[in-house]
This record gives sequence, C-alpha cells and structure tokens, in this order.
Amino acid sequence: MVTSAAVVAGMPEAVVELLNKALVGELTVIDRKGHLRTDPLIPFWDGRYILMTSSILFSRKLEDIKRNPRVSLSLSDPVGIPAESFSRATIQGDARVIDDDLHRGWYRLLPLWEAKEPIIKTLLKPMQKLGLPLFWERAIIEILPKRVLWWPDGDTARDPQVTDLREAVA
Amino acid sequence: MNLGEALSRLPDFPHAVLVVLDEGGYPLSVATSFRVVDGTVEVTPASLGQSAVRDAVAAQLVVSHIRPYPGVGYDQRRYIELSGTLSVGGPGWRFFLATRLPFLTATIVPVLLGLASAAYDRHFSPGLAALTLLGAMAVHLGLNVANDIFDTLSGVDAANLTPTKFSGGSRVLQYGLVSLRQMTALAAVFYGVAIIVGLVLVAISGLGLLWLGVAGVLISYFYTAPPLRLVHRGLGELCVALGFGPIMVLGAYFVQTGHYALRPLILSIPVAILVMLILYANEVPDRFADAKTGKRTLVVRMQPAVVIRGYVAAVAVAYLVVIVGVVFGVLPWPTLISLLTIPLAYQTWKGLKAHYDSPYQLMSYLGKNVSLHLYTGLLLVIGVLLGIIVRR
Repeated sequence: MVTSAAVVAGMPEAVVELLNKALVGELTVIDRKGHLRTDPLIPFWDGRYILMTSSILFSRKLEDIKRNPRVSLSLSDPVGIPAESFSRATIQGDARVIDDDLHRGWYRLLPLWEAKEPIIKTLLKPMQKLGLPLFWERAIIEILPKRVLWWPDGDTARDPQVTDLREAVA
Repeated sequence: MNLGEALSRLPDFPHAVLVVLDEGGYPLSVATSFRVVDGTVEVTPASLGQSAVRDAVAAQLVVSHIRPYPGVGYDQRRYIELSGTLSVGGPGWRFFLATRLPFLTATIVPVLLGLASAAYDRHFSPGLAALTLLGAMAVHLGLNVANDIFDTLSGVDAANLTPTKFSGGSRVLQYGLVSLRQMTALAAVFYGVAIIVGLVLVAISGLGLLWLGVAGVLISYFYTAPPLRLVHRGLGELCVALGFGPIMVLGAYFVQTGHYALRPLILSIPVAILVMLILYANEVPDRFADAKTGKRTLVVRMQPAVVIRGYVAAVAVAYLVVIVGVVFGVLPWPTLISLLTIPLAYQTWKGLKAHYDSPYQLMSYLGKNVSLHLYTGLLLVIGVLLGIIVRR
C-alpha cells in the first residue's frame, strides 16, 4: 500500500485508495488506426506511477502504447474494487512500456501484485512456471497520471471532481 | 464472436465502461449503465466534467465481469469490447438540457399565484391564463439560454470546476452538445415568442401591462448580458426576485383583471424571496469560479457565516409576510398552510451550514431549496383557492 507518497504526486487520496484496492481497472489505449482498445488489468500504485504488467502473449497493447502513449484507466467496477468507501475514477496519463528485462524486470511489482492476487506466489514456483512459460515473459506498463476525474459517490451521471496533475508531475 | 452474439450476451455483464477520445487526444473512460434496444446499445448519460462529448464520435463500450476469490485474487474475469458510433441523445433531449426545463417551476408558481389571486377577485379566463403562462415561460427559457451564452463567452462556466445540476449552467456548450449559434437562435426564438405574446396580452388587457412586460424582458436579458450584466454587480438576486416575484404575479393578475392590487403584490413577496434564495444558495458552489471571472454575486461578496445568516433572515421574512398578510386581512387565512414547508427550510439551512465547502454534498440541499420554493408557492396557490371556498 502506498499512501504517503500520494501527496507528493498530487493524486487524490480517495483515488489512491481505489488504486490500492482494485483487482481490475479498464486500461484503454489507442491503436495504430486510432481506434480505442480496452483491456482489464490489475493496477498498482507506487506513489508516482500507475504500474501494470502484461505478458508478451498479449503484446498488442504494448505495441499500441509504444506508438501512442496516451491512455486512460477506469477504476469503476464495484465488484472488482473492494474499497471501504466506493467511488469511481478515471485517470488519463502517458504510458511507457518497460521491456528491457522481460524475465525478471517485472519482479519489482511482485509485492504489490501478491497483495492483490496471492495465488501468484504459488504460480511462480519453478514447476508451475514451466507450464506457462510465455505468460511469465512480462513487460511493465508505467503510466504517469496527467488528469484525474473522480466521482465521489460513484454516480457518473454527476459531474466529476477533476484534478489536473500536469503541474504536480512536472 | 459476431455482433449479434455479443449484443445478446451484454445483459449478462454487470459492469460497463464507455470510452471516447477527448479533445486532447487522450482516451476518456467512464462507467455507465446500458440496455440493448433493437441492435443498438443505449447508455446512460454520464458526465465527463469539462470534456466535451460530441455527437457522432467513435466510441467503445466495454462490459466486464470479475469474481473476487479471497486468498487467491479472483477466479473469473471476462469482458466484451464493442466499438461503434456514439449518438448523444436526440434533439429533444438536447433541448431539455439546453433550456433547463425543470427550472420552469420558478415561473409556473408565480403565474399560478397571480391567476389564483385574480380568481379570488372573481376574474378568470382560461385562454388568457394559457397565453400568460406561455409568455412567461418563453421569457424564462430565453433567460436560461442567454445566461448560458453569456457565461460561456465571459468564461464563467469554463472556470467552474465543480458544476452541479443546480449550478454552473446547463454545460451543453462546454460538452459540445449544442453550438453557440444554435443557442443564440434558441434564445432569439424564446424572446421573440415572449415579445409577441406580451404584445397580444397588452392589446387585450391594456397598456398598464406594457411596462411590466418590458421590465421583465429587459431584466431577463441584461441579467448576464453586457453592458449591464446585472448579476455581475451583485444585483442578480434582486433581479430574480423582481422577475419571478412581483412582475410575474402582478402580470398574471393584470392580464385577468385589467388592474393591479395589493393582495397579489403581498402574495408575490414570499415567492420572490424564495426564488431569490434558489439563486443565492446555488451561488455557494459557484463562488470561486464567479469570483475568478469578476461575477461579484452576493455570496462572493460576503463571508460564509453572513451568507447563511442572510438565508435564515430571508426565509423568516418570507413566512412573516404570509402571517402579517393574514393578520391584516389581506391574505385569506388558508394561505397559512404554506407554513408547512418550514421543516424543509430548516433542513436546507442545516445542509447549507454543514456542507458549505462541499459542492457535491451540498447538491441534495440545493434540491430541497428548489422544493422549498415550489411547495411553498403551490401551498399559497392552494391557500388562495381554499380562501374562495371558505368565504362563501
């Protein structure tokens, strides 16, 4: 869990709570034809960046991000976000793919990942890993948040509170 | 999976996200609910803040399902992506938004009060009543649309980062739902209708109505329009009180009777005060944007404690006028039933005090404040009509 660094990055505390609790967020990227593409992924928050990891088996979004870094992440599924005080948020930002070490680079996310998906620890055992070798060749998606739209009570028919993080992250 | 199969499966998914591309070139996603109707997906309108949702843009709907599994993470996760074109409501819906139709209660109440007062004095023509209502509504809708136009041109609405459904304008221009040209045409049509109806009523009822009508149209237009921009000078509350109080009540009364009288004037005071308080309370969440753009409303000019005390004092005067009116025999005693709304006034005051700095928590109390005007006004109408019965 990261909360104190949230203040540094200017990310609203309630949205940090969503990021820390979310089992799923909908990440939208723009493909090479300019079409929107969305995938459900587990988001992590390290105090400055939203981090996700994706297997090279599902590399389409990684290529899309390399071409166009503008992304949006929706944190809005009440079932997938067991936060005590439910709200909804959309975070827009610039993403970067970190794939210089597909074997172990993403291991730095393991503590955050295990906190949300404890089964990962078991699946990472050597014999288990052998069963799904390419699944464990993974890149990191690192998103620098630029703008946050937050619906305090989750009712998106109401106007969101908007936080512009561009100054905070400069 | 083909489109038909995907559409048939959508209702099985509890969660949906609508994605569009915003004006800055970023994807913008928002949770929504939906239903499938004849091969199309209708999504519930969602607000994206300052970002414009234009008609006929490419959009994506993503429906998903996840089942958390304690100690493991989750054991089910599936989703469907649908791409298509987003059509932002029909012209009717945009008209509804742009004109802020629900606020017409502020006009209907004083007109009914004027008509009831005329009926109390044994004058009532249904045709003239309908024409009066039409003219008054046209002025009000013209005001709403003109207000959006001038607040957009002056940057007031754009500077408002915490708009609510009661404040910050209709946002149709900010969301790109209606163009400035369309809004200007709409305002011209409403004012045109108002002026024509007004002239017909003057021809029927007498010149005495002309000055009241001219005052109504001028106040309505120059409320936000330059060079007067009355609301920017702290005169907005007074203008609204006059326009939706004495001008409408006395105007409706004059059309029926051909003269003015004390009773409708006294009856207009409580509704004038309460309609003024709608604006006054709605200015609370708007105050920072208003101040930034030089819109010096009363709420901008005063400290929060003074604003709240002002609210209480104004409400008290509204009820006191009814009581004094009855005591002096100007108002029929059944109008005292309007005092039944005092608990609503109390709740609004409590909410205003508790959530002065929280625009979104304040919203439900702003709703109560609108209801306070509506219910008090309608109870006054009922009181006057009951007065006709009890005097027999």
